[in-house]
Amino acid sequence: MISVREVTKFYGCGETRFQVLKDINLTIEEGEFVVILGASGSGKSTLLNVISGLERPDGGTIFYGETELSVLSDRELTAFRRDNVGFIFQQYYLLPNLSVDKNVRMGADLAHNKDYRAMVEAVGLGEKLHKFPGELSGGEQQRVSVARALAKRPRVLFLDEPTGALDEQTGRQVLSYICTLQKELGFTIVMVTHNLNIAEMAGTVIRMNSGRIAGIQTNETQKTAYEIGW
Amino acid sequence: MLVGIKDGIKLFGISVMAGCAVLICTMFVNFYLDILLIEELVTSDAARVFYQAQVSTARVVCLVSGGCLLITSAVMLCFYIKHYIDIHKKELGILKALGYARLRIAGHFWVFGVSIFTGAVLGFCGAFVLMPLFYELQNKDGILPEISLRFHPVILLWFVLLPTAVFSGLAVLYACFRLRKPALQLLRENLCGAGKAGGKAGEKDIPFLEELRRSTVGTKKTLAFFILFSAFCFSAMTQMSFGMKELASEMMGVMMLVIGLTLAFMTLFLAVSAVVGGNTKTIAMMQVFGYSGLECCRSLLDGYRPLAYVGFALGTLYQYGLLRVMVDVVFREVEGVSVYAFDFFAMLVSLAVFAVAYEAAMLFFGRRIGRISVKEIMLE
Repeated sequence: MISVREVTKFYGCGETRFQVLKDINLTIEEGEFVVILGASGSGKSTLLNVISGLERPDGGTIFYGETELSVLSDRELTAFRRDNVGFIFQQYYLLPNLSVDKNVRMGADLAHNKDYRAMVEAVGLGEKLHKFPGELSGGEQQRVSVARALAKRPRVLFLDEPTGALDEQTGRQVLSYICTLQKELGFTIVMVTHNLNIAEMAGTVIRMNSGRIAGIQTNETQKTAYEIGW
Repeated sequence: MLVGIKDGIKLFGISVMAGCAVLICTMFVNFYLDILLIEELVTSDAARVFYQAQVSTARVVCLVSGGCLLITSAVMLCFYIKHYIDIHKKELGILKALGYARLRIAGHFWVFGVSIFTGAVLGFCGAFVLMPLFYELQNKDGILPEISLRFHPVILLWFVLLPTAVFSGLAVLYACFRLRKPALQLLRENLCGAGKAGGKAGEKDIPFLEELRRSTVGTKKTLAFFILFSAFCFSAMTQMSFGMKELASEMMGVMMLVIGLTLAFMTLFLAVSAVVGGNTKTIAMMQVFGYSGLECCRSLLDGYRPLAYVGFALGTLYQYGLLRVMVDVVFREVEGVSVYAFDFFAMLVSLAVFAVAYEAAMLFFGRRIGRISVKEIMLE
């Protein structure tokens, strides 16, 4: 369980200092699919970065079970990310000089996962194992980043606008892969998006506005990637 | 303006290199021109031999050190421009896409010549500060008539104005050449995706870190060359300094050694900086996934170690060959100058210093890698 209590975050200094996150409180249960929804500048990506341990909060606490994230040293935080979390970004951030196989292996080696190629098969890229990112379409690249994140067997998967750079069909396909794998493997999903329709796929939707949580809503039924509008 | 004065100033290493080259060349060319004026006053045979030796020394030092340093500066400048273009492809691609002509964009790269100008002015002034003492030491036994220090405006033209103009022009031309790719290609190469294949993919079951180590060296050939070249410079310059110590005066030997070491460390520092700078995105992504700073450092920098030692060996061969040829050609008419012999001790000392310096630089950069802000990279 992830427990976020009174988390605050500031950017800038002096006169340009401004508060990005204001007293955030939320709880995410294990295996849950949570979407953080909000307009540009609402603080949703910062919240994701803080919860995932990429950034430190300026105030408040974040607990993963018994582990308090906010007091960990840089080295401990790196070890924490290594053991617990996976990331998927809008811009993929694949390593351009390495093949699909090695990009996925980047995640797999951290978890000593020898069966990582099954993950590449699962996202439908078994045939393109030895291709380089430059030889793939945007959707395929994002699927590689899905496989890379999941090959490290994370307990929590963080996604920052994963379909932001994709067309409708590819976006649905990528989301569908992620949801199928979540059901199979049972990891927690925390996804940031500004797309209202994608929020219908989540169990819990957190709405952000000007650095505050404007509301938390629970969906009784979760739609699939092919049932939502775009 | 995409390329600003700040970018030119960042080339501190090139300024140092140009400064050293101009310092050495100004001192010896000025001395050479001044000593030529007293040729008719040298009458005795002993003085004649000494005079010839001084003229030859000035020629050797100018050709070997000045030439070597100027070539080094030119190579470093070109690589800096290439590196700059590589990491700013997106911005340059946008400008091209907006309709800015290639030459118009490349025209801004003249500011890289500022680094040469700064170094050249400092070197030129430094030479005139040191020259009274240098003249005195070159003729400390009074064998030759008094050599008066004169200002030769032509040296200012050759070593300050001309190099600045040439290097600025070189920067513009080289940038123009590098920017010949279509705008879309420049843009695409920057968006992760369009990386080119770095060899035969995934044929063997190699762990990720090992594969990354190999591919980093294989695909970033410019940086690999940079490392090799810096080790080459280190080896050549330090050992050449020892060699020069025997050919020129004691003071010159020490001066050359200090300059050689400064330049070598500077080149090494610039090369490793470039390696780290060229891999920041990879490092950031690895850290996001939970790889430690040490693992990032090892996988990215360890692959360059063999190249560094190859560079050192090549530098050793180069300096020996060059000095041997120069001494044989220039000093062939001067009596009492023996055949230039390979200085094994100097090579060992140079190698030991190089090994320590290289590993210290890697340690320093390993720590710097650990401090790379993941968020900064993501926001780029």
